[in-house]
Amino acid sequence: MSVVAMLFFIVVLLFALLAAAALLTWVERRLLAWWQDRYGPNRAGPFGILQAFADVIKILLKEDWIPPLADKPVFVIAPAIVAVTMLLGFAIVPLAPGLVIADLNVALLFFFAMTGLSVYSVTFAGWASNNNYSLLGSLRTAAQMISYEVFMLLSLVGVVILAGSFRLTDIVDAQRGMWFFVPQFVGLVVFFLAAIAETHRLPFDLPEAEHELVAGYHTEYSGMKFGLFFLGEYLGMMLSSAMIVTLFFGGWLGPPFLPPIVWFLLKTAFFVCLYLLLRAALPRPRYDQLMGYAWKFLLPVALLNIVVTGAIVVATRSPAEVGS
Amino acid sequence: MAVPTDAPAPALPKTRGVQRANELAERLEKLLGPDLFPEGARVQPTADGIPTLWLASERVRDVLLCLKHELAEPYEMLYDLTAIDERVRHVRDGQPSSELTLVYHLLSFSRNEDLRLKVPLEDGASVASVVDIWPNANWYEREVWDMFGIRFDGHPNLRRILMPPTWKGHPLRKEHPARATEMGRFELPDDRYEAETEALRFVPEEWGMKRSTESSDFLFLNLGPNHPSVHGVFRILLQLDGEEIVDAVPDIGWHHRAQEKMAERQSWHTYLPYTDRVDYLGGVMNNLPYVLAVEQLAGIEVPDRAKVIRVMLCELFRIASHLVFYGTFTQDVGALSPVFYMFTDRERVFEIIEAICGFRMHPAWFRIGGVAADLPEGWDRMVRDFLKWMPPRLREYERMALENRILRARTVGVGTMTTEEAIDWGVTGPNLRATGFDWDFRKTRPYSGYEQFEFDVPLAENGDCFDRCAVRAEEIRQSLRIIEQCVENMPPGDYKSRHPLATPPIKDRTLHDIETLIHHFINVSWGPVVPPGESHFNIEGTKGAYGYYAISDGGTIPYRLRIRTPSFPHLQVLPLISRGLMIADLIAILGSIDFVMADVDR
Repeated sequence: MSVVAMLFFIVVLLFALLAAAALLTWVERRLLAWWQDRYGPNRAGPFGILQAFADVIKILLKEDWIPPLADKPVFVIAPAIVAVTMLLGFAIVPLAPGLVIADLNVALLFFFAMTGLSVYSVTFAGWASNNNYSLLGSLRTAAQMISYEVFMLLSLVGVVILAGSFRLTDIVDAQRGMWFFVPQFVGLVVFFLAAIAETHRLPFDLPEAEHELVAGYHTEYSGMKFGLFFLGEYLGMMLSSAMIVTLFFGGWLGPPFLPPIVWFLLKTAFFVCLYLLLRAALPRPRYDQLMGYAWKFLLPVALLNIVVTGAIVVATRSPAEVGS
Repeated sequence: MAVPTDAPAPALPKTRGVQRANELAERLEKLLGPDLFPEGARVQPTADGIPTLWLASERVRDVLLCLKHELAEPYEMLYDLTAIDERVRHVRDGQPSSELTLVYHLLSFSRNEDLRLKVPLEDGASVASVVDIWPNANWYEREVWDMFGIRFDGHPNLRRILMPPTWKGHPLRKEHPARATEMGRFELPDDRYEAETEALRFVPEEWGMKRSTESSDFLFLNLGPNHPSVHGVFRILLQLDGEEIVDAVPDIGWHHRAQEKMAERQSWHTYLPYTDRVDYLGGVMNNLPYVLAVEQLAGIEVPDRAKVIRVMLCELFRIASHLVFYGTFTQDVGALSPVFYMFTDRERVFEIIEAICGFRMHPAWFRIGGVAADLPEGWDRMVRDFLKWMPPRLREYERMALENRILRARTVGVGTMTTEEAIDWGVTGPNLRATGFDWDFRKTRPYSGYEQFEFDVPLAENGDCFDRCAVRAEEIRQSLRIIEQCVENMPPGDYKSRHPLATPPIKDRTLHDIETLIHHFINVSWGPVVPPGESHFNIEGTKGAYGYYAISDGGTIPYRLRIRTPSFPHLQVLPLISRGLMIADLIAILGSIDFVMADVDR
């Protein structure tokens, strides 16, 4: 792609992502309402679809308030970090052949770098707010996200072994014969659970568990700063769905009667809905149970997965293939 | 005067109570020696037949200790503790002179009998605290201090509990004004605002807490009064070590509306709507103990049809209240959806209630002597539809909530209470039954015709959060059974008694005979004149045992009305069962206790 075309693509993607995140709030509320025998927002525009934009306008116009006892610079930076890292994460996601901003040869590591950085956002927010609930929320987050990142990384080693590359386009291409969710089912499960914890969505929404910590780390945030956390959460949800599709469900691959990008978007939408359904269906485990589950169950499973995958690859492929 | 169709027989329980009280007095004298009783009187006859003894204030502790620990069939529970300002009471025949009377209400499960102990006090006198005998006396004594200004020597932290710490005066004393218009204009200038706010600051040292140990500093978390999971306005101060709760101090009174004080200026009849708002999820269930206490005092026998209508509505409200519990409890452990399904069901309950009563949450539909009106046409069809609708839904909820592994992991073994602890702390109702103790006033002391119904009392074993939920889930089924029996066997007849004190009287005869016309006129304009006396009535409410203690001085308004609610002692147990757990567990416990703050603070 030429530089102009690339810039154009970036701008389009940026706006598409922001619009999708806003729309996703509406989709979530309508779907939840449907599952919960109620209406949800249905007044603004057809099926209430303009509610998302009404909310954006409201949140933009709200007073931008900083608590007097807060640590101001950190308080302001925190929400920006999560939105920026999540948006940057999309730079490596291949939407279709050739349709990717940065086809890095270390794309997977870049993804982990971005999710890793987003932990700072939550920790800073909780620390800078000078509020006990925020502090407890951010401590929970730091512990939760750092531990789950370990398994997230480990769960993908199998995929990397099979594809022989960290480059996402290579990983998708490697799935032409069989999507990786079949040989890497264990990896998929671990990655999916870790991704929920990373984006702190229910049932793993302990950092902001409203029944316990009011709103957790973002209790003191309002207006667009709160909006950025919100945006970050929805972008995170989309990003991890996109990663699940890319790594385990063949990315843009699909029968040729639909263009590749449509396949990619459809698959991603499916996983986003799965996220929402989980929120409607499950209670929340306790903090220590969540951590215990991670270290006592997911860690051994992920490690076992690596060993087994590696062994099978070594046993079945010729040394030349493995070595490449 | 028109001859009442249902002749009252108040003499019977009265004499029995006196006889039991005399036996007990002799037994106590044998065990503890003379001078237990004040001069003049020791046994007081009451309309409710509860043995009532007067005690000398110096010997209260000895007697209570003996009653709890030494008697063969002991009085295990301090059911209630309150006081009466006697200074303007006229009818006190046979009672020793007293300005403020302290009333201990004990409950013996082994005897299935109550005991009322009264202590005559001069204004300004103090009594020995009994917190070491019954831990739940802590809050009750604070309440009596707050409301009457009676001091308790040896109380660990005698401070106001329902009123703000800056309050002047003791509201339930007769000289304290009852309305804002009698108190002068309310102003809140900046300095007073500051002072009021400062008075609410939590100082750990006042509660004997340390701010740090050698190895760690504690975090004090002010949870509430506004918090998503405290079910109303309730503040709990947590001493945290990380996320672990070291200690907790519940702070109540934010929902205090002086229900008992308001009773002292409402007629017996017009007080009814206030009772609905004591446990605002229980609706007419709150009317029941009140009207039963007043009917007992007035000697009114309620017709069978009215009794069955009352039972049916109470059980409908029990279902409505338990559904709220079920939904909010599962929501408190993080499941977002069940509450919506349960509120849909509750809506169906309210449709029936609305069709019968004309109101939904607070119908105030019971009347002294019966209910407000007969059942409307087609009521049985609505109820039958509901009886068919509900059981499959309950099964679904079990699969969704109680059988969910995450929910079980969150609630099994969390917030455990033993039966002994529960009884010591005055816990009643489903929370007591969750510990495995079989006690349900509907079975042990059937009222309003409950002895005619077939139903089981669900029990659990461990007294943890899960059991408290499971017991209530099963109680919904049992309530459906009772309602079904009501529909199938609704007796014909009057919906209200023909007794002259039934209010408002059935009107059909008013224009045919002068006596009924006079009673109608008087009862509607003044309200009924209830004969002097004292009467207490317990029922098995939605959240535990509700008791109304009505004292009449022979007038149209109560002289004193004490409302014993279950949530008050239930909240007091919180620190005991949440120490050493995490914040998330505390939220599960709060949800599982099933309290409403209106019921705690009154």
